[in-house]
Amino acid sequence: MQNFLRDAAEFMPILLQGVWLTILVTIGSLILSTILGLLWALMRVSGLRALSGLSASLINVIRGIPIIVLLFYLYFVMPDFGIALTALQAAILGLGIAYSAYQAENFRAGIEAIDQGQVEAAQAIGMGWWLTMRRVVLPQAVRIVLPPYGNIMIMLLKDSSQASTITVAELALQGKLIASSTFKNTNVFTLVALMYLTMSIPLILLVRHFEKRANRR
Amino acid sequence: MIELSGVRKSFGSVEVLKGITASVEKSEVVCIIGPSGSGKSTILRCINGLESYDAGDILVEGARVDSHAPSIVAIRTQVSMVFQRFNLFPHRTAVENVVEGPIYVKNEPRTSALERGRALLAQVGLAEKADAYPAQLSGGQQQRVAIARALAMQPKAILFDEPTSALDPELVGDVLGVMRKLADDGMTMVVVTHEMAFARDVADRVLFIDGGVIVEQGAAKSVLDQPQHARTQDFLRRVLHPL
Repeated sequence: MQNFLRDAAEFMPILLQGVWLTILVTIGSLILSTILGLLWALMRVSGLRALSGLSASLINVIRGIPIIVLLFYLYFVMPDFGIALTALQAAILGLGIAYSAYQAENFRAGIEAIDQGQVEAAQAIGMGWWLTMRRVVLPQAVRIVLPPYGNIMIMLLKDSSQASTITVAELALQGKLIASSTFKNTNVFTLVALMYLTMSIPLILLVRHFEKRANRR
Repeated sequence: MIELSGVRKSFGSVEVLKGITASVEKSEVVCIIGPSGSGKSTILRCINGLESYDAGDILVEGARVDSHAPSIVAIRTQVSMVFQRFNLFPHRTAVENVVEGPIYVKNEPRTSALERGRALLAQVGLAEKADAYPAQLSGGQQQRVAIARALAMQPKAILFDEPTSALDPELVGDVLGVMRKLADDGMTMVVVTHEMAFARDVADRVLFIDGGVIVEQGAAKSVLDQPQHARTQDFLRRVLHPL
């Protein structure tokens, strides 16, 4: 135990640099996946066949490709087409695209859960499609969408470790580097696991809060 | 001001409207009665374009109703609708429900809209409930807010789709009272209803619909008291004397 604490004190500064990148990747790809997911979902429920078809295909393609392959593609293949991204940019873009599929399906479920009568009431006072979405449907869908959204945040936090495969020195990669140079596998990876858990706990509490609020009405 | 001629509408292979021709004059109150599934609500929903129709014409003040054309927005701001299940926006207070259309569709300044909204709520007897959410209101109160919301658009006509069917019996009177007052003030109203007493007292004309056609129509009292058609007689007997 004493041994562990001493190692923890020694490795913590390096690991915290990793934590910073983990948070950066997670927040960046969360924002990107939310925007893209909302876009796919709105296309899907637009009632225009071309848009909803395009959105459905996009979601299926994205869902069908492993995140790690998507990351390799962005980081190793895109330079061949003249688009060179930094590892961090590629990680945020890749995870953002990958998660936009799950975000979209969650948003769509939330939108479709709203009573059709709400849409009709909005139309009956002369609201167009976008105004109906903005003023009537989306504000009500948020309540339904938030608990699964919280879960997506937790999954995204953990999947940000896949950025290590394209050289982003986030928490998992920092841990691996320390472990392979010190051979203190047990202590280092226990520490890494504890740090992921520490970051997850606030999110888990947030999800619980969302669920309580969603159940109240 | 509302004219229907030869309106037909099918849902899949089922034809629910088989050539409806009728008109509603300004300040007239027309009640549509008939068995459920006869197409009563569909007529209303076609008039404000919530439903498209397959053949015939519907004109509102001379403008043809086409649910897919941009012109539908202008028609909807002139012809409001009150729904059976109220359909208030649950995330907004009573007065916010009322001013939603004026502010966001008609771009009325917020302060004047709110002032008008509170006055409308007072008019339907709910001045003190302006800041309550729909979930805090009874069914009858919610429906009166919905009527205020319809009025806030300053419509030329209001369509009522079974406005009291989802209410507890003791709350029906409040809503019908508000509607009667509107009729007295000269509002053009088309009301799908099962409240025969309301139809007799308030309506100028009654249309009896069955199987997608207008079976009988005329002055409210004559249709309800001396129905000519056997199907009308049968329907009224069932409604008025269910035992």
